[in-house]
Amino acid sequence: MMIYLGKRLGMIAAVLLILMVFLGGLIHLVPGDPVKIIMGPLASDSFAASVRSEMGLDKPIAIQMLDFIFGAVHGDLGKDFVSHRPVTVMIGGVLPHTMILAVTGLGLAILIGLPLGVYSAVHANSAIDKAIASVSITLITLPPYVAGLLLLLTFAVTLAWLPALGAGNFSAPLDYAARLILPSLALALGWIGYLARLTRASMLEILGANYVRTARSFGLSDTRIHYLYALRSAVIPVVAVLGVGLGHLLGGAIFIEVIFGRQGLGTLFYDAIATRNFPVIRGVAVVVATLFVVTNLLADLSYRLLDPRIRVEAKT
Amino acid sequence: MSVFTITGGKTRSANAGTVRRLLRNSGGKFGLLVVLVLVVLFVFGPQLAPFGSAQQDIASRLQGPSFKHLLGTDHLGRDLLSRLIVGVRIELLVAIPSVLGALVLGLLLGLPAGYFGGAVDAAIVVILDALHALPTVVLALTLLALLGNSLGNVIFVMAISLAPSFARVARASVFSVRHSAYVEAERFLGASNGRILLLHILPNIIPPLLLLVAMSLPTAIAVETGLSFLGLGVRPPTPSWGVILADGFARVRTAPWAVLWTCLALAITTLGCTLLGETLRDILDPKRIGDQQ
Repeated sequence: MMIYLGKRLGMIAAVLLILMVFLGGLIHLVPGDPVKIIMGPLASDSFAASVRSEMGLDKPIAIQMLDFIFGAVHGDLGKDFVSHRPVTVMIGGVLPHTMILAVTGLGLAILIGLPLGVYSAVHANSAIDKAIASVSITLITLPPYVAGLLLLLTFAVTLAWLPALGAGNFSAPLDYAARLILPSLALALGWIGYLARLTRASMLEILGANYVRTARSFGLSDTRIHYLYALRSAVIPVVAVLGVGLGHLLGGAIFIEVIFGRQGLGTLFYDAIATRNFPVIRGVAVVVATLFVVTNLLADLSYRLLDPRIRVEAKT
Repeated sequence: MSVFTITGGKTRSANAGTVRRLLRNSGGKFGLLVVLVLVVLFVFGPQLAPFGSAQQDIASRLQGPSFKHLLGTDHLGRDLLSRLIVGVRIELLVAIPSVLGALVLGLLLGLPAGYFGGAVDAAIVVILDALHALPTVVLALTLLALLGNSLGNVIFVMAISLAPSFARVARASVFSVRHSAYVEAERFLGASNGRILLLHILPNIIPPLLLLVAMSLPTAIAVETGLSFLGLGVRPPTPSWGVILADGFARVRTAPWAVLWTCLALAITTLGCTLLGETLRDILDPKRIGDQQ
């Protein structure tokens, strides 16, 4: 286990290092003066010079990359060259909103998707199973921004049941929660379909296993078998997928935050792109990638804890 | 579809069987219908559209559906149906080259990784993992923000963003055949690595990759539309679906029609393409035939 953990952590370090070299050097891959590319050709020479020195672009490329990586490891992702605020402070300010959105979305997906999958598996090939299957594939293929726009149109514009714009404030928790419903549902829809499908498939596999047949022959009730024995094994692959899920949710969150006008990592990224604020773009990319590899590792570890078979394989 | 069959003599019957089994499946039928409609609109779109996609009629702007404008008009009085129809060509002209570019990039990374293994493989896998750690949209936006959003750049960036999944499939496929008898025989006869890879391994790993091409098209369409929606993909006044969506979103409270129709068009397109791809995979992959029955 420790060897495995060490290997995984080494791999994560390598992946993040390569990504940072890539992001640090990215600006030099584009032909032309990086400062002019960032600021646009109309930037005055003195302003361009101040940006150049602030971003360290006047140093050799290798030094720049080392500076960036050294800073990033110590929690310094550079400064926004418009507001001169540290990028980490800007990200830290909005990150809670995005994490709440993503975690709520993932929670909704589990709360709705898992029972749908279990029901489908227990009533396999029934009319409802087929209906759930059709709904699932429709939800899976729905791009997150389409889900967001359709929810916005229906519940905020046409029915006016829920507020459409802004994330609200932590000081008004009820209002904050109301503003969270539509965006998190928009993020969750695709995953509801995906989890329903995955749970159904892994449940069906387990319901055909020998130990379930034995339990049944011992006269255990269906409910007990389905929920106590089968579901416990069926959630294992689901956990593995959830780790990847959080990373994907962060991609979808950009659209959702822009559509619902929420502050967060996505809108920060979007605004930075509109103003070509490279330090912020790069900083958000590093944070998103770090979140992705870390949640992936956590999912992998809990997957091992849940499934004794993998632990045994790892030892041998 | 003939590429999926192996021997020349059996091609016709295998194809007829594939189509018959596709039509027996309701999802496959729907998918085939959607893709056929897309192909017709791709080829004949500008001729079929009732109005020009750029034809303005300010007097009848932001209208709902009517007999003259079946889906209504946008903020410049342009016919929404015509713009969506013409948009199909733009969607596919971006999506298809992006996916083919991703295929080529994926092969360039996946073939050597799978074939040589060892240090080459480890290095390429770390690069793939690094690319994979950023969600497709974040990677594409980061690159586009720097390169600027010309049509060529959008295609290039999408190809890079989609390439890792192709590389993974290529790598795994090469792994599964690199020690097979025919490859070992070639090597024994003194064939070079390049010759073995291109003439013997590549043709054998093409089917799963072509399937991935088909399955990636809806993703490419969705990503491209998303980028244009955020203002970093295809630029106005070109009637790409993302541009129509962005125009509509700016006025979603007063005139929701543009957003509604574009969302429906996108949902049907991605659903249809995916259903067709999944049905084809189930039919063509012998290992999966079992779970279908």
